[in-house]
Amino acid sequence: MSAPNKAYDPVRVTALAPAEVQRMLDAGLAAISGAGSFDELKEARLAHLGGRSPLVLASAEIGALPPEAKAEAGRRVGEAKRLLGEAHAGRQRELEADRDQRVLVDEVADVTLPWDRRASGARHPVAMLADRLADVFIGMGYEIAEGPEIEAEWYNFDALNFPPDHPAREMQDTFFVAGRDGAAHSGKVLRTHTSPVQIRAMLSRPLPVYVVSPGKCFRADALDATHSPVFHQIEGLAVDEGLTMADLRGAISAFVEAMFGPGLRTRLRPDFFPFTEPSADVSMECHVCRGASARGGSPCRVCKSQGWIEIAGCGMVNPRVLAACGIDADRYSGFAFGLGIERSLMIRNGLADIRDTIDGDVRFSRAFGAEA
Amino acid sequence: MLVPLSWLLEYAPLPEPVDPAEVGRRLTGIGLEIEAVEHVGAQIRGVVVARVLEIEELTGHKKPIRYCLVITGERPEEQRWVICGATNFAVGDLVPLALPGATLPGGISIGSRKAYGKLSDGMICSAAELALGDDHSGILVLPADAPLGADFAEYAGLRDVVYDVNVTPDKGHALSVRGLARELASAFAVPFADPAGELPAGDKPDPRVYQASIGDPSACDRFALREVSGIDPAAVTPLSIRVRLARCGMRSVSLAVDVTNYLMLELGQPMHAFDRDRLQGPIAVRRGREGEKLETLDHVVRQLDPDDIVITDSSGPISMAGTMGGLATEVSSAAVNVVIEAAHFSAPGIARMSRRHRLFSEASARFERGVDYELPLRASAKAAALLASLGGGSVVAGYSLASAPIEPVTIEIAGDLPDRVAGVSYGADTVVRRLREAGCSVAVDAGDRLVVRPPSWRPDLTDPSDLAEEVIRIEGYDKIGIAMPRAVAGHGRTAAQRLRIEVAQALAGSGFVEVISSPFGSQDDFGKMQLPADDARRRAVRLANPISGDEPLMRTSLLPGLLRVAWRNAGRGFPDLALFEIGQVFLEAEGGCGAAPVLPVDHAPGKAEVKRFDAALPAQPRLVGCVLTGKIETSGWWGEGRQVSLYDAIEAARTVLGASRVPYEVLASQAEPWHPGRCATFVVSAFGEEVVVGHAGELHPRVIGAFRLAPRTCAMELDLSAIERLAGLVPPVQAPFISGYPVATSDVALAVPSAVPAARVQEALVAGVRSVAGSHGAALLEGIRLFDVYRGEQAGAGNKSLAYTLRFRAPDRTLTDEEVAIARDAAVAEAARRTGAVLRSAPDASA
Repeated sequence: MSAPNKAYDPVRVTALAPAEVQRMLDAGLAAISGAGSFDELKEARLAHLGGRSPLVLASAEIGALPPEAKAEAGRRVGEAKRLLGEAHAGRQRELEADRDQRVLVDEVADVTLPWDRRASGARHPVAMLADRLADVFIGMGYEIAEGPEIEAEWYNFDALNFPPDHPAREMQDTFFVAGRDGAAHSGKVLRTHTSPVQIRAMLSRPLPVYVVSPGKCFRADALDATHSPVFHQIEGLAVDEGLTMADLRGAISAFVEAMFGPGLRTRLRPDFFPFTEPSADVSMECHVCRGASARGGSPCRVCKSQGWIEIAGCGMVNPRVLAACGIDADRYSGFAFGLGIERSLMIRNGLADIRDTIDGDVRFSRAFGAEA
Repeated sequence: MLVPLSWLLEYAPLPEPVDPAEVGRRLTGIGLEIEAVEHVGAQIRGVVVARVLEIEELTGHKKPIRYCLVITGERPEEQRWVICGATNFAVGDLVPLALPGATLPGGISIGSRKAYGKLSDGMICSAAELALGDDHSGILVLPADAPLGADFAEYAGLRDVVYDVNVTPDKGHALSVRGLARELASAFAVPFADPAGELPAGDKPDPRVYQASIGDPSACDRFALREVSGIDPAAVTPLSIRVRLARCGMRSVSLAVDVTNYLMLELGQPMHAFDRDRLQGPIAVRRGREGEKLETLDHVVRQLDPDDIVITDSSGPISMAGTMGGLATEVSSAAVNVVIEAAHFSAPGIARMSRRHRLFSEASARFERGVDYELPLRASAKAAALLASLGGGSVVAGYSLASAPIEPVTIEIAGDLPDRVAGVSYGADTVVRRLREAGCSVAVDAGDRLVVRPPSWRPDLTDPSDLAEEVIRIEGYDKIGIAMPRAVAGHGRTAAQRLRIEVAQALAGSGFVEVISSPFGSQDDFGKMQLPADDARRRAVRLANPISGDEPLMRTSLLPGLLRVAWRNAGRGFPDLALFEIGQVFLEAEGGCGAAPVLPVDHAPGKAEVKRFDAALPAQPRLVGCVLTGKIETSGWWGEGRQVSLYDAIEAARTVLGASRVPYEVLASQAEPWHPGRCATFVVSAFGEEVVVGHAGELHPRVIGAFRLAPRTCAMELDLSAIERLAGLVPPVQAPFISGYPVATSDVALAVPSAVPAARVQEALVAGVRSVAGSHGAALLEGIRLFDVYRGEQAGAGNKSLAYTLRFRAPDRTLTDEEVAIARDAAVAEAARRTGAVLRSAPDASA
């Protein structure tokens, strides 16, 4: 190889003769078109267009030509390179098309085959529904309050205006914690509802209080399709200035619409809970038949053609409860509501037997996946 | 409480026509929930009043059979013959006769049929056959004035609507026709007629009446006795009373008992009738005494408690006050002279006694909810008069009454209190009217304050809020509007609450199924779990009244419950399981926690008192537990599956800790219930503490055997409460610097003694790189990964070979081979120093 020089070397420049260029071109085209694979095509490219290919070596000699011959030789070599380049690109496309065709046939996989090498996990629907119910209230600005599952009777009953020996205590079959050395009285129970968390929230948080408390509760009920000694509730509490039953209805109505569907009406009817006064049970319009079954429409399994479904208990916080928490009942009022999460699962997800929720059968949780 | 509509209408005369469904709706609407409505008697058709004309006794059968000629009218063609198996009637008696074609309760149809070789052309009915109680023993003999041939259902008032009212514990007054009718009248705005009536003219205490006294005014504050003498033992309870008792679900017993029960239903005043001739000496009410016994009407001998309230005569206790009478003084149908007791007992006293003896009666249900304290004299007057008139006896004039003063309740409220509670403008007139309808006396004070005195039958009205509720309830909750909830400045979930959800989602995402297992357990679990004698998890909370005596303890670990759930699933054909649970466990303090205090409720507990509560409660940490058994990867067309291994359990723990971002170390350890050689302990050493947060690994073979699970079952249990707390101390993630310079990797294989944990070797390698001075050693090591563990000849006897890839990258330049070599050598040197590692090979660094 030599750098361009002024000297004219007749031996070297024979490579730039038209016939010689044509021969190199023909050889290159033949090699390219004859390449049967990407590797052969690459070989052909290197052999005929690569840095050490005759054509490229020849083009390096153009500088050695007399000035009058340079232009023509340059054109001739350039044209040959262009043709080879096009031929290469064309063959590349052909080979790719061939390959694509082959791939479609040879490498077809059965995409319907299973790949369940590891069984899927799932959350428990009670836990998920509790989270989701809480989300609705968090969206309204409530915070989650928590408390112990083994609770002092004072929190579970006394502070909630269940006087000792009042029959209201008997409404709830309570698990009592045995005292030390077998003593009958320990002053402790398995909480029968999430309401003691209300007391804890009112004692520990600054006013106003807007909290919701999901959690496990216990009642000494024998296990059957609708009773379980272990179940879950979620309870809401608002204590603020000027709250009325209309605010309570508003909160419940917003919650029902968020959980069961927009436009569902709610209805309050008088009931009795020691910790609220007035107290009410909450029914919502059946989310399935929207009350049509009770107006002569086709029968509804979900609401048993009543048109309404009882979903919660609620009321205005009894001033005695506020007093037990040191809250000035003349200035503040409050409302509270509570519902059973298993009961919500029954209504919303058609759960027929509450035992399924504590049985631990993997089929149960798996059916709900990770989103109830 | 079961109550027939006809009885309510006697005292709350609703305008005709009465729509029973609307009555039910209104009662529910004011808080007297109607649980069921039964249209009784409607099915009964074709039963008429008949007279027995002749009785032919058929012999030769196993039981006495009568063939009776009966007539249903005056004409001879209205005669017919019927077979009857009862013998309690005579020729001339009037009886209910079901004619052929008749229907009886339950849809039973009656036809002509052959029996005992005779044609029976109808059926004479017993009370039970007419759904008037459970008396099958004989047929129902009707009073002599029953109109012959009349439709029996019509004549006996059998067609009625019976409501089953769910009376809440605060509404004792509603356990009576009197109370329900008053509420109904108020709801329909019709006048109410009080069935209690007025005392008879000239009624006054009389020493000739059996003398009453109160020994303990805290047990009883009204104690009235009246007497009826000369009752005809043959007198029977009239049909109308029997029908009503049956409608209310009560049995007919004897005339005296039926009369007291009937008036209890009507007025709400439980009363007791004693056979005067079986009483000895004066009657008193007092507390029970140690060692006293009483055999009650249900033939149970009861040991009396010093807190019990008893009625005594000179022989000792004769009745458990307001709960159940004694057998010895029972008023039988043979009683001629009767003493009627009507009293007002302490509601909590009766509640305690009834629960102590597990003795729940119609009387105790009323007394514990509160009975009208001014009713005993009036109710007993009615009872005496009714018993005398029905039994052919005479009322002994006057009464005997012992009483203790009762402080009347006066409540002052602002006239607009109901408005402010409900968010409705009722107006003062409505408030006053509604309170007066409930029986309150209301005085309007200056400045719109109301001075309210609740009636004697409403012990539940004690607070201003009770009065507000009364108004709002009767006015109806449908008057209350809906206010859109105001937005509150909440902070959302706390970090700990978010973490709990993240942990659950992460475990579910890695293939674990969340379950809720039973929180109850037993002493046996401790043995099954191989817990040592001094293990804190043996300090379980014991229940005084467990559902099952086999499981009296609260769980101290999630694992026994989870292992039982695994066993149950395996038995149902799911041997391959990955389960998790998040839940509280309960750990008593050493020596047990003391009793929780019971504080007054008129003010908030102080800080010290709250501490006393806290100290009395057991520790209740929230744990997360996992159990893995069988295959974690299934076999399939891709090849063989994989059995669970301890590393899956350990990885589950890493998943939880990873979600929390709490820095932790994994140490080999021995802890129950894990396999002593296959247990990892997770320790958080940070923020100035060192906390063991849990364990993971393969379970001890004996534990696996005890829970009947497949070999190699693995488990993990972490203290999520501790992790939540520590996670709160973790500062926010600092964003990393992403270098664009090339990576340089270097592999090293180190031979170390088998007992050296891989984690210690890795720590040493990392520390070694960090020790390289002057070249940002710490920043250079981008990552380190153990990619091979080899135990074999080439590692040397008693050794294992650990092969690591170290990844280096500088933030500001391309690393030179020399720099990488220095860092790598420093790492190996530190590993050698700390663990005795010997370099087996060090391939050249490759860019």
